[in-house]
Amino acid sequence: MSISQMAPPATGTLEITDERQISATRRELVLNMGPQHPSTHGVLRVVLTLEGETIVATDPIIGYLHRGVEKIGETRRYAQFTPWTDRTDYVAAPQNNLGYILAVEKLCGIAAPERAQYWRVIMAELSRIASHLVWLGTHALDIGALSMSLYCFRERELILDIFERFCGARLTTNMMEIGGFSREIPEGLIDQIEHFLKVFPGYQQEYSDLLTANPIWIARTRGVGIIEPQAAIDYGLTGACLRGSGINYDIRKAQPYLVYDRLDFEVPLGTHGDVYDRYLVRMEEMRQALRIIRQCLDVVKDHKGPLMLNDSNYVIPPHDTVLRTAEDMQRHFVWVIKGFSPPVGEVYVGIEHSKGELGYYIYSDGSGVPYRLRIRSADFVNLQILPHFAQGAMLADAVALIGTIDIVLGSVDR
Amino acid sequence: MTILDAVKSIETALPDAFEREYEFRGDITVVVNPAHIVEVCRYCRDTDGLRFDMCSGVTAIDYYPNEPRFALVYHLYSMRHNMSLELKVYLAGDEPVVDSVTGVYPSANWFEREAYDMFGIHFNNHPDLRRILMPDDWEGHPLRKDYPLGYETVQFSFNFDEVNKHKPYAKE
Repeated sequence: MSISQMAPPATGTLEITDERQISATRRELVLNMGPQHPSTHGVLRVVLTLEGETIVATDPIIGYLHRGVEKIGETRRYAQFTPWTDRTDYVAAPQNNLGYILAVEKLCGIAAPERAQYWRVIMAELSRIASHLVWLGTHALDIGALSMSLYCFRERELILDIFERFCGARLTTNMMEIGGFSREIPEGLIDQIEHFLKVFPGYQQEYSDLLTANPIWIARTRGVGIIEPQAAIDYGLTGACLRGSGINYDIRKAQPYLVYDRLDFEVPLGTHGDVYDRYLVRMEEMRQALRIIRQCLDVVKDHKGPLMLNDSNYVIPPHDTVLRTAEDMQRHFVWVIKGFSPPVGEVYVGIEHSKGELGYYIYSDGSGVPYRLRIRSADFVNLQILPHFAQGAMLADAVALIGTIDIVLGSVDR
Repeated sequence: MTILDAVKSIETALPDAFEREYEFRGDITVVVNPAHIVEVCRYCRDTDGLRFDMCSGVTAIDYYPNEPRFALVYHLYSMRHNMSLELKVYLAGDEPVVDSVTGVYPSANWFEREAYDMFGIHFNNHPDLRRILMPDDWEGHPLRKDYPLGYETVQFSFNFDEVNKHKPYAKE
C-alpha cells in the first residue's frame, strides 16, 4: 500500500478528557527546568508555569548543593573554618575569606596591619574581576554569544595564576589569615599584577566591542527583566542587581572596611534596571577594580611595614620566633591544638562581594568554636527576585533572567 | 539622627515592645517582645528619621538547653541614613511560633523559610512556609543543637547490605 492510498487522518475528532483543561479559561503548562540544566549555573531547579510562551509563575527550588556549611562552622575552630568559606562561593574565594576573617577580627577586636590591608584589597578586587569574568562568560553563553566564554575564561587564567603564585592555590585559595598574612609576598608577584593591569583593559575592550553595541545582545537584554528601584530594596537586593536599578549603595562607600576610604573609585549605577544595565554596571565595576588595584600597588611597592599582627592572643605567632623562643613555641602549640577564645558577643560584618552583600554573623559564647555562624550570601537573597521579575516574561528570556542575577549555587545553598 | 536616637525613638514610641538594648563592637541590638515584632518592624521602616527600608537578614540561634530556647535576629539597614540595627526576639519552647514580617519586608520570605527549615520556628501569616534547603521529606531541623551529628559508616563489600539497610534513601 503506497502512501497515496492511505486514508487522510481524521480531523476534529480529538477528545479532551482533562477536566481541568476544559474548565479552566487559561491553559497552563508546567515546565521543569533543571537541576541539570546548563543555563542554571549549577543545580538550580526552576518550576515554570507557562501560558503559551509567557511565564506566569516561577518557583525556584534550591538546596541541591546544601552541605551544611553553617553546621560545620559550629564544630570547627575559628581558624579551621576559613577553607570552608572558599567552598561557598567557589568562583570568588578570596572575597569569602575576607568577609569571614573581618568578622572574626571584629569579634576579637583586632585589625590587620596597613600593608596587609592593602594586599587584601588587591586580592579581593582581583577576585571580583575573576568572578565577573565567569559571570560574563556564562551569561553571554546562555544568551548565545558562545565565544565570550572562551575569551573570559582565558583572561581569568591570568588572575588564577596570580593567586597561584600568591598562595599556591587557584580556586579554593584559603589565602586570608586572622591578623594579616603570615608569609612574605612572593617575589615577582607585583610584576605579574602589573602585567595583568597592562593587558586587561585591552581584553576588556574586546568584550565591549563584541557585546555593548551588538544588536542581538541588545535585543536579548535591553528592556528585559526590569527591576524597579523600590522592588530592589524590598527584596533586599544588593550588588549589581541593586545598582543596576539606580540605587547608590555600595558597602565599600557606605561603611568602608579595610582601606577603601583612602582609595579613589566610582560606583557605577544603572538607569533602567534591565539586564543590559546590569551588564554595563558589572563591566564598569571591573574597570573600577583595576583602578583600585593600581592605587594599592603604588602603595605596597614601597611599603616596608609588617604583614602580620604580632602582639595578640588571637594571631598565630611568627614562624621564626616560634623556633627561637619558648613562649612563642608554647603559644603556637596552644593556638594550633586548642585554638583561641574570642570574647562573648555577636558581630555581623557585611562586605561588598562581587555578587552583593556578603555577611557573616558570628555568635560567640567564649569557647574556641563559634556557637552560631551564619553566612548571608548575596545570591541567596538576590535569587528571591526571580519570581517577581520573571512574571510576564517570555520563556526564552528565562535564561537571561537567571544569568543576570549572577548566582553560584555553592553560595546559594551553602 | 544617629542610631542611638533611633533606639530612643523606638523605646518611647513602643514601650510595650521594647525590652532592652545592648551594644557590642559598635553594633546596636534591640531586644523586642516577640508579640510586637511586626509592629516594631513597621515602625522602623515607616518612621521619618529611621527608615530602615532593607531587611538584610533574619537568622536564628538555638540556646539549647537554656530557656528561652531560640532567638531570632533581624538585621535592618537604612539606605537613607546609612545605619544598621539588629532586632532580637527570644522565643520559648521547642515549637516556637512568631508572626512573619514578610508583610513589611518581602525579603524576609526566604530567610524565614530557612529559619523554619533549619530550626523549626513557625511563622504565622507566612505566604509560603515550606522547607527551602533540605528535602521536603526530611525529618528534624539540622541547625538545632540537639540534632545528632552523625557520621556515615564506610560501605565495603563485606558489609554492603547491612549499611545499605540503614541508608536514608529518598521516599516516594
